[in-house]
Amino acid sequence: MIASPYLPTPGYARWRKLKSTAVTAILVVCALAVITPLFLIIYFLLVRGFGSIDWNFFTQLPKPTGEAGGGMANAILGTLILLAMASVVGVPLGILGGIYLAEYGTERANSWLRFAADVLNGVPSIVWGMVIYLVLVVPFKTFSAYAGGVALGLMMVPLVVRTSEEVLILVPQSYREAALALGVARWKVIMVIVVRTALKGIMTGVIVALARIAGETAPLLFTALGNTFWSHSLKEPISALPLQIFAYAISPYDDWHRQAWAGALVLMALILALNITVRVLSRDRSTTL
Amino acid sequence: MTTLPEAATGQTVSGQTKTSAVPGPSPTASLPIEAEQIAFDIKNFSLWYGQRQALMDVTISIPAKKVTAIIGPSGCGKSTFLRALNRMHELTPGIRLEGSLRHFGDDLYGPGVEAVAVRRRVGMVFQKSNPFPTMSVAENVLVGLRLNGVRDKSVLQDRLEKSLHMAALWDEVKDHLNRPGTSLSGGQQQRLCIARSLAVQPETLLMDEPCSALDPIATAKIEELIQTLRETYTVVIVTHNMQQAARCSDRTAFFYMGRLIEFDDTRRMFTNPRNPQTEAYVSGRFG
Repeated sequence: MIASPYLPTPGYARWRKLKSTAVTAILVVCALAVITPLFLIIYFLLVRGFGSIDWNFFTQLPKPTGEAGGGMANAILGTLILLAMASVVGVPLGILGGIYLAEYGTERANSWLRFAADVLNGVPSIVWGMVIYLVLVVPFKTFSAYAGGVALGLMMVPLVVRTSEEVLILVPQSYREAALALGVARWKVIMVIVVRTALKGIMTGVIVALARIAGETAPLLFTALGNTFWSHSLKEPISALPLQIFAYAISPYDDWHRQAWAGALVLMALILALNITVRVLSRDRSTTL
Repeated sequence: MTTLPEAATGQTVSGQTKTSAVPGPSPTASLPIEAEQIAFDIKNFSLWYGQRQALMDVTISIPAKKVTAIIGPSGCGKSTFLRALNRMHELTPGIRLEGSLRHFGDDLYGPGVEAVAVRRRVGMVFQKSNPFPTMSVAENVLVGLRLNGVRDKSVLQDRLEKSLHMAALWDEVKDHLNRPGTSLSGGQQQRLCIARSLAVQPETLLMDEPCSALDPIATAKIEELIQTLRETYTVVIVTHNMQQAARCSDRTAFFYMGRLIEFDDTRRMFTNPRNPQTEAYVSGRFG
């Protein structure tokens, strides 16, 4: 072995290896700490909730206090209806906002819009609920599915705006030029060529936003309110899984607690399914973004 | 088919001064002069990107139903010039221009003239083939018609076949018109883009270095195709490849530093250029 001042002594090498192992160990512990909550959530939901899930849970209405059995069919359907209404409000607004940012906006307007979207994204969900309460509940003198859908839809907007913008910018300029050179009007180029090319990415953003709002409770407390029967009109209060979970979880009955766990499990499964859809959508990016 | 040089082609445009038409000492000058239609009549055309002037006082008459090649070193303004012919440069902000640019007599920059209408008449094929990735071969060809409101199935079918025939692609793709446009080879993709441009029936086709990303065999096919296009269309092609300009164009324009240095019959440009700068460039001494 050549004696060199740069070669570490055996003692130093051992010390360095020890340090390296220690730091790696700390990082592994941190990484585990990051994913542990997810497994804890899934574990507790399965342990507490799985036993209460049966066919009735998906098909029956909540039973009156004291009566055993019953389900959350109205809340499950209510959540799906609210998500659909939120999409009607949030998806077009969000995508069009993203198109404005990516295709039309000036540098100045864009920086303001992005700032506004980022601030909106951070507005606490209970504040959304209160504002929509003032705008859509008080004037019509009733809680309604409409108010709930609008509250959730507006919460989607900033997220959809930013993700749409990001994927639209990724569409190569050459496609825009090619379409424009065919004498196609600019708005058609954007709607048919650019948006279609970026559609997968835009859909991913929409589903991420849906997963974000699917479990929101606070904005619904002031708007959709919730109920324990089938809703006959969107002008009336409507139930939703998070609302029903909240109502049952704070009740004093063991049977309702079990149902709340089951509801939480179903809600979690719904959100997980949305996230898995996102993964599948974004995996194949060969032909489109 | 080679063109007969006429009096009008003998002119050399150099910088701001335009020497009046000098009858060329051509052996064919005594032949009967064929009346030539002008596709682009451009006078004193200048263009600025912000403060930087990219085109300086260009005056040129590009003949109809002929192939005009535009050559010159990188940054000489040839692509800018080409993009000004169908107002594609308007996508770049901060552009200012002066002078007049007429296409078959119509002022392309006149008040109330929309860029969309201009581009319907003046199509463009780009350096890199860019078929739309979400569309099949057939959809790519027909997208311009469909987006302009053509719904008639028989018209669409007819244009699909004609455009692909004209782009010399029909035999290769007729059995898989529904495959993605991006599944074709590079040369086929570029011919698909040409078919897409032809489907909207422009009067003029601009080509911005259409072969620079292709291998020699694919290049030869496109050059052959350009020869047949000339019978129906006016073709203006920007090329870095001087052999290509010599092989497939009737006229050649040489640009240098934003100016049109010389514009003449291709044969003469490459054998007996009038301007020493042209001579230096075509003989490969710079650029």
